[in-house]
Amino acid sequence: MSRPADNRAQFRPDDHPNDSFLLTTVVGSYPKPKWLNRADDLVDDADSKFDEENLQEAHDDAARVITHEHERCGLDTVVDGEVRRNEMVEYFAERIDGYEFNGPVKVWGHNYFDKPSVSSEVAYDEPWLVDEFEFTNNVASKPVKVPITGPYTLGNWAFNEAYDTEEELVYELAELVNIEIERLVDAGAQYIQIDEPALATTPDDHAIVGEALDRIVSGIDEDVRIGLHVCYGDYSRIYPELNDYPVDEVDLELCNGNYEQIEVFTDPEFVPDLALGVVDVHTAEVEPVDEIKENIKQGLKVVPPERLTISPDCGLKLLPRDVAYGKMENMVEATRQVEAELDSGEIDLEEPVPTAD
Amino acid sequence: MTERVATTTGLLPLPDPAKSELSDLKGHQKHDLISGTEGEEIAGAYAEYRREVIDDQQSAGLDRITEGQLRWDDMLAHPLTTHDNVDPNGIVRYYDNNNFYRDPQVRGDLDFSGDVADELDAAAEIVDDPADSLQAVLPGPYSLFDLASDEHYGDDADFFGAIADFLAGEVEAFPAHKTLTLHEPSLVENPPNEDLVERLADAVDTVASETDADVVVHTYFGALDETTYAHLMDADVEALGFDLVAGDRDETLSNITEFGTKDAAALGIADGQNTLVESADTLEERVEWFEDQIPVQEFDRLYLSTNTEPFYLPVNKHRAKLAAIAAAAGNVDAEEVTA
Repeated sequence: MSRPADNRAQFRPDDHPNDSFLLTTVVGSYPKPKWLNRADDLVDDADSKFDEENLQEAHDDAARVITHEHERCGLDTVVDGEVRRNEMVEYFAERIDGYEFNGPVKVWGHNYFDKPSVSSEVAYDEPWLVDEFEFTNNVASKPVKVPITGPYTLGNWAFNEAYDTEEELVYELAELVNIEIERLVDAGAQYIQIDEPALATTPDDHAIVGEALDRIVSGIDEDVRIGLHVCYGDYSRIYPELNDYPVDEVDLELCNGNYEQIEVFTDPEFVPDLALGVVDVHTAEVEPVDEIKENIKQGLKVVPPERLTISPDCGLKLLPRDVAYGKMENMVEATRQVEAELDSGEIDLEEPVPTAD
Repeated sequence: MTERVATTTGLLPLPDPAKSELSDLKGHQKHDLISGTEGEEIAGAYAEYRREVIDDQQSAGLDRITEGQLRWDDMLAHPLTTHDNVDPNGIVRYYDNNNFYRDPQVRGDLDFSGDVADELDAAAEIVDDPADSLQAVLPGPYSLFDLASDEHYGDDADFFGAIADFLAGEVEAFPAHKTLTLHEPSLVENPPNEDLVERLADAVDTVASETDADVVVHTYFGALDETTYAHLMDADVEALGFDLVAGDRDETLSNITEFGTKDAAALGIADGQNTLVESADTLEERVEWFEDQIPVQEFDRLYLSTNTEPFYLPVNKHRAKLAAIAAAAGNVDAEEVTA
């Protein structure tokens, strides 16, 4: 069962211009400023005077800049662009007891991943994201969303040396994610997104992801919005099972495939809120507002407006920064125009996307 | 007395400095990968790292030495993705894991290429006594058929036959080698249909008959189904290879009990997809377990290696596994293996 809470209203800005409210957000990552990449390298250079303290300052500066960049686009909820994180598994593996790194392994061609090994039992050591959240929350005037890599991906994208089964490892990791979310909530976080891209590559494990989510949300107040992000998969293999996940919202990449899979979610009825990807993160052209509006309407085939969240397909980090900004800006503008059209009754909710006859 | 031969399956991990050096030289995108026409600088870098992985294998105490297949950007699909009449196109998932390769779309006749023979010629100049220790590595005809897309032949049986003929032509050009390993994971992952399974032994024989070397058809990612196994047994090769790490190894034993096996066998005893380094003792136990389960047969020879290609592993763990395999074969003292 999906969580019963209506915890979306807290993110509606006081000065929201329309009666309708489609919550706008991002998946999380954003292109790092070039100087930050230089700074990340410089701290490893023994000949340089640039030290960890300087790097901390550079990360703070970058987090401030990117958070404000999100706000300038008009997003209702913002992220710091994950500028402090190197990679979505590595960042967490470095902070969890039980993981070790042995060197990069091939993904494809000359693209490598520093795939960690779980060499002993995993345990919670230092906080993962609380400092990041507190800093961003202090500099942001909008509510802050916290993306966190889910236990299935943390387990599946590592070598498992220590546990008899991967399932066992995933459930242990889920307990740690639960601890971290409790700490984030204590620090004031109200919007958490669990990223599980590995689910798309091994869809037969959807039940393991569901069980892990039960552990993650255990004891978390229903006022805290919990999302799940999945991307680049054959969704028919995880639907309708994902309707049973205990989350408020499921965020899906669908723009990249031109919404060919949208019908998957129309029958049976979609239970959680839908966070719909409406801009493609694998094309370097900014989609025009009118095109994005049509994409948004695809989501209305699945859920009514009051349960639709608008987001890019996935993290924006591989795009040029100006393109990433342009996509977010047009996405927000398109959303506000669709809201106005909903208010005026211009959009037929029975048939939001006219058929081509 | 059974001879134990310590070896690898080929397709070794690239040394760490090679990863950054070659990605800087070549680039990160689809069109930057090996096409078979790389320039001098890139070829020079591969030559240097080829020497390094050959030295690694020799100093670990292995009995068979592979070229390493460091250039195989597309893993087992490499012999096709470097072919003139093949377009390496979209990126597709490599079996059931998080690796990807370029889909080889075959658009013309699969005539002679010579790409792999050139690699082996280079390796033969470095390896000590190549005629007695060099191990050639190729995808088996069925796996290469399974990994490729046919845009030219128009018929599965013709395409399968063309791929077997192509591989045979490549083998004919190889320098002297002691062993030829044909990788056939697709026989497990996506077994041949009724028509193709009838053609399986012929296709393997087409390739195997072009060499005087011992031919091993290696399978992994699990056990073969009975029908596929029974047909594979009809192929005239020295040994079949089995994945003894996979959870369904009892099915492998049941195939062998039911249909027999060759006088030699290749045993995948170390996990090529997990960094946990098995001790030489553990590996020996796996060999003994296999021998105990098949009491009616004393093998002439057992090839010992990882179950899968080891490119999934980081370099340090791969080296440790090579040492443990060499010790399990009795080539080095297990005490010296700091696994």
